[in-house]
Amino acid sequence: MSMLVSPDTPRISTRDLTVAYGDYILMRDVNLDVRKGDIFLIMGGSGCGKSTLLRVLMGLKAPSKGRVLYGGQDFWNAGEDVRQGLMRGIGVLFQSGALWSSMTLAENVGLPLQQYTDLEDAEIRELASLKLALAGLAGFEDYYPSEISGGMRKRAGLARAMALDPDVLFLDEPSAGLDPVSSRLLDDLILELRDTLGTTFVIVSHELASIFAIANNGIFLDAATRTVMARGNPTDMLHDPATAPSARKFLTRGEG
Amino acid sequence: MLCVSNHTACRFAENAAFPRTSGRAALCRRLAFYLFKGKTLSALAGIPRCGYTIKMNTGPQVSLRRDGTECRVCVGGSWNISQPWPPEAGDALRAADGGCGRLLLTADGLHQWDSSLLVFLVRLVRQARARQVEVVDNLPPGLGRLLQLAFAVPPKEGAQRGTREAGLLERLGGSVLSVPVSVGDFLEFLGDAALSFGRFLLGRSHMRAQDFLAAMYECGVCALPIISITSLLFGLILAFVGAVQLQQFGAQLYVAGLVGIGMLRVMGAVMVGVVMSGRMGASYAAVIGTMQVNEEVDALSTTGLSPTDFLVLPRMLALALMTPLLTVYADLMGILGGFLVGVGMLGLNAPEYLNATVSMVNFRHGLIGLVYGAVFGVIIALSGCYHGMRCGRSALAVGRATTTAVVHSLVGIIVATAIITIICNLLRI
Repeated sequence: MSMLVSPDTPRISTRDLTVAYGDYILMRDVNLDVRKGDIFLIMGGSGCGKSTLLRVLMGLKAPSKGRVLYGGQDFWNAGEDVRQGLMRGIGVLFQSGALWSSMTLAENVGLPLQQYTDLEDAEIRELASLKLALAGLAGFEDYYPSEISGGMRKRAGLARAMALDPDVLFLDEPSAGLDPVSSRLLDDLILELRDTLGTTFVIVSHELASIFAIANNGIFLDAATRTVMARGNPTDMLHDPATAPSARKFLTRGEG
Repeated sequence: MLCVSNHTACRFAENAAFPRTSGRAALCRRLAFYLFKGKTLSALAGIPRCGYTIKMNTGPQVSLRRDGTECRVCVGGSWNISQPWPPEAGDALRAADGGCGRLLLTADGLHQWDSSLLVFLVRLVRQARARQVEVVDNLPPGLGRLLQLAFAVPPKEGAQRGTREAGLLERLGGSVLSVPVSVGDFLEFLGDAALSFGRFLLGRSHMRAQDFLAAMYECGVCALPIISITSLLFGLILAFVGAVQLQQFGAQLYVAGLVGIGMLRVMGAVMVGVVMSGRMGASYAAVIGTMQVNEEVDALSTTGLSPTDFLVLPRMLALALMTPLLTVYADLMGILGGFLVGVGMLGLNAPEYLNATVSMVNFRHGLIGLVYGAVFGVIIALSGCYHGMRCGRSALAVGRATTTAVVHSLVGIIVATAIITIICNLLRI
């Protein structure tokens, strides 16, 4: 994805996006631009469609209307092969981790490498171990997902998402279920990956501490109006008097 | 002496030289209430009067008093979710539903309450609001806060589902209209599976060898014990049933042909098909369905890997290969069952029975059985994988997918048996 994209082109954009389940419109007129190196937060109350928007962005659910652009290229109007190629440039951490249960952690992380590189098995194993170590799971290479805790599964999911050093990482509620220390370590890892590898992040999160600590851009989806009610840096949103009351309420835990 | 129970509070009140009047119990009750709330006796002066006598251990109580356009609803007593509302609750609800211009909610002598009181108050307030009646909340703080919380988040627009039940014709129409959708969906899945098989032939498939081998082991080696038992017993039954008739003509030797031809030509394959649809069809639907629930299938897609290549193809190939092999095994076990009956009960000797079997069956019978087996294998794999891949995201959906997979594969096996039998008949083979 990165080879064909000029530096000014947003990595991920949406134009007049409408998402619906049958007749029920979940959100409409969603426009966003995620630029290289952004840590982009999708915020909003429960049920406003954050995770669904993420599924649309990562190619798992087609929008009812509007476009999703990957480096300027229309994702949903592209052919199947092109779409699969574009998806190889992304990594995804699902809410539950979504590790393949029949494989060990090393195999989970190693599978994308096995499929898309010509590396030897030993090198794949070494890379998988490195990614697991970065996610704080050194020594757990030969464990099956059912043998580790929920938080560890989530971190292993992140290691798998990072396997191919993707341009864009989608993280769905990365801190949920993690203890405060692990959550802080995860934030540090996200910042480190952004600073060293230039990885772009699109994150769905409720964790205000995380949001203010790492995000430099984002949108607030409002469940009542079913569209974007605020956009920009979350800290600026908080201090801007023009920020929509629903967004302010969210960012101040209902106190604003 | 701050009370730790209402009973203690009342003893305190009795010992505190209150005059023993008819209202003593009510006063005691109120005192207990205020002690519980951490208030002093002076607060008694401000107790709203409801116009009824609060008794110890009484049930739920509601009073309605009208003052011009104002309706004052006072709740008291003990509210328990297992007890019905008092009759006065109906009067209060009717008043809130348009009988007054202002609704004042108060409580007096309320000692125990749970969700039943809250439900009553929520319904009262909802009816009053629907009629634009002003509601004034003078309830105890905790109750008032919970009531406010119940209305804090307004119902989401469009989220409410109607309670109307579809009529018979509507449901029938819906079912008929869904058939083309289901057929289209299955054909799309079939196309995906065919493309995946094409990629496999061209060496471009994502399928991993170890997944294929694991699927072969699971549906082949692991199925041997159950196939052994069912086929042996089936051969035995077939021999018994045949012998009853053939013995009448002294033709019990033909039991060998009956069992041999029956098992080789169709019954061995059908036995394997039935066992495998219960065993593997259900297993495939449940495993892939659970992977859907856990987002594992989505994880494959977002990695740019084809879930069909990864999950469907190895299972389909494994079953298509292993079912014919299991059919051969089932045939042999069935013949063994017939042999045991022939030699053990019909008085035939072993070489005689085996010679009769060899002379009556031929290679063509075995080959037709293998065709049945391969077709059944593909049907079971497609049904199991299709229902797994189209499974919803709940435990209920996984259960439904599993059941449907087995039912559909069994129906598919019977239909395929009929079709292949008719074709063989037409071709005179």
